[in-house]
Amino acid sequence: MEIGLNHYLILSTILFAIGLVGIMRRKNLLLLFFATEILLNAVNIGFAAISHYYGDLTGQMFAFFVIAIAASELAVGLGLLIVWYKRHGTIDLDTMTSMRG
Amino acid sequence: MEKYLYIALFAPLVSSMFSALFTNGPKKQFVGIIASLLIFTAFVSSSILLTHILDGGESVHVEMMTWMHTGNLYIPFGFVVDQISVTMMMVVTLVSTIVHIYSIGYMDHDKGFNRFFAWLSAFVFSMMILVMSDNFAGLFIGWEGVGLCSWGLIGFWFHKNIATWAANEAFIMNRIADLGMLIGIFLVYWNTGSLQYDIVFPAMAHLDTATLSWIGIFLFVGAMGKSAQFPLHTWLADAMEGPTPVSALIHAATMVTAGVYLVVRSNELYSLIPNVGLFIASLGAFVALFAASMALVNRDMKRVIAYSTLSQLGYMFAAAGLGAYWVALFHLMAHAFFKALLFLGAGNVMHAMHDELDPFKMGGLKKVMKGTWIMMTIASLALAGIFPFAGFFSKDTILEAAFAEHHMVIYGVLVFTAGLTAFYSFRLVALIFHGEERYKIFGIHPHEAYKFMLIAMSPLLILAMIAGVFQVPFFDMVEEILGAKEYHILSHTTVWIMLIGTQIFVGLAILFAYKKYASWSTVPDGSSPMENSFIYKLLYNQYYIPFAYEEYIVKPYNELSAAMWEIDKKVVDASVDGIAKAFYVTGEKTRDMQSGNLSTMLKWMVAGTVGLLSLAVVFGLVARYSDEILAILSGLGV
Repeated sequence: MEIGLNHYLILSTILFAIGLVGIMRRKNLLLLFFATEILLNAVNIGFAAISHYYGDLTGQMFAFFVIAIAASELAVGLGLLIVWYKRHGTIDLDTMTSMRG
Repeated sequence: MEKYLYIALFAPLVSSMFSALFTNGPKKQFVGIIASLLIFTAFVSSSILLTHILDGGESVHVEMMTWMHTGNLYIPFGFVVDQISVTMMMVVTLVSTIVHIYSIGYMDHDKGFNRFFAWLSAFVFSMMILVMSDNFAGLFIGWEGVGLCSWGLIGFWFHKNIATWAANEAFIMNRIADLGMLIGIFLVYWNTGSLQYDIVFPAMAHLDTATLSWIGIFLFVGAMGKSAQFPLHTWLADAMEGPTPVSALIHAATMVTAGVYLVVRSNELYSLIPNVGLFIASLGAFVALFAASMALVNRDMKRVIAYSTLSQLGYMFAAAGLGAYWVALFHLMAHAFFKALLFLGAGNVMHAMHDELDPFKMGGLKKVMKGTWIMMTIASLALAGIFPFAGFFSKDTILEAAFAEHHMVIYGVLVFTAGLTAFYSFRLVALIFHGEERYKIFGIHPHEAYKFMLIAMSPLLILAMIAGVFQVPFFDMVEEILGAKEYHILSHTTVWIMLIGTQIFVGLAILFAYKKYASWSTVPDGSSPMENSFIYKLLYNQYYIPFAYEEYIVKPYNELSAAMWEIDKKVVDASVDGIAKAFYVTGEKTRDMQSGNLSTMLKWMVAGTVGLLSLAVVFGLVARYSDEILAILSGLGV
């Protein structure tokens, strides 16, 4: 069976769905970052696949951008996470309720 | 001359604003004195203007400033002093000067002393605007101004419910009539493109009779309200709840004559529509009789005088309606003098009797109040039209005019009313000043008013006696502007018979009143056969007109308002409140979303994304397959 565009897109969708569920279900901030990474990479797969299908490099370029920005975002996020952990001794999402309206 | 015009116009305003400064403070004697001096200044300026006009000077016409100037509409604050307005200015400033001085004494013990002068002077200012304006818009401003001041002064003792009620009644009745007047003014503007008297009246000659009639009728509706003509007359008698100087100035001498002034001012209009004129004259004659009949039996001194005012206004309208504008204006002037005198005399009596108004409870006051007695007797003689007092000349000219115009019914009604006038005037004088001292039963110790009040009244006394001599100079003055004509009845014999006949008739009425009431000894308690007769009850209850208004207009209107209020609450209020409530409830419910829990927020975010995405998909599909969808829909017959 030839692996075509649809397979990549389906994979991308599945990964995106997994990421989405992760975002909604996980209470650990660290696992939330993982879920976000899955989301971003799901999109990256989509970009790369479509870019290859059309023979246009723009999509792959965009994927690189996403990877770079995701890396820096993760660096900042992890930094904040460590500070938070040092202060509160926990990274459970349910305890972060200072924005309660 | 313009300088004097401005002084005459603005001195009352200054006086009003000065008095208003002290409204909240305790009584200050100097407020009354300064107000009187300022009004006197206006009087002096008016006199200077009068001599200027009498010397054959040009009428003074100034344009102070532009008021409205948009498109074709141009209305300035313009003022004119011509023969008509200078007459009115003299009457207004003279009577108000006297009333101001008199009020210093009359309101002596009143807490609202300063406030009283603020209102009274404001009234004079409004009245001056009314009579001096050179256009209908300015006239209307003055017209509303005097209405407002009348409201404030009738309801001056606002702690009395009946006074505020009367004030509101007067204001509302006038507003009803003012609508007619506004329509009239709109029609004038619509048809002539201006509101300036000197443009409007010449232009009217080119309009068709139907339009002119409508203009005349609507303007007259305004005049009917201000001058309390039937069927808008009920407010005038109720307005007697105000302080007596107010009744003298506003509800006898000046404001109520504004309607007559309007008709006289619009004489060029009413000359073109004699049918409307005849209607005015007939209504005037009717009101003269109607009001006089109510005055016959009333037991409230001030109301009797108020009805007599109403009756005399009827005379003025009768004259004006028949085209005898100068006679109407002359009677207006003479009437202002003797009626103000009568009212101020009644004020003295009221003070002496501690605000008792029923003349049956007085009697024999001539011993203690000699000055007031003489003044009121002479004022009543003038009112009755006895030679040589003021009323004789003015009223007799009205009768002559009616006779010469061959309106015998109007003439007959007016002559008969003259007899009634004499009867009720002297019924009042006889009951108050003659006979037994019935007030002793009620333990009242009457005293004469302050001397300066009597002195203040004396110019009116003199004028009530001698105003007749002004007839010829007055005629010469207004002849040019009012197209006045002297009424010459065919033969001198007829004139003499009419004159002497009327005098004898009036004299007999006076004698009858004296005979019947001068030796009155009891206070009627409603048990005599006369008091139980149908006619007495009809007249005493003012033909049941106030009752009918209350029963058939006020009450249904109240009920309608109550029903409307329900509708308002359930429809208008409910929908407005509903919108507000919907937002409030939505906010209250969705507040739970903001739990501050990041996980929940993320879930909402995902839900929102999914929602928006699905919408985008649906709209995208619809846009793509719109042709097919339309085809299906048209197949369904939509």
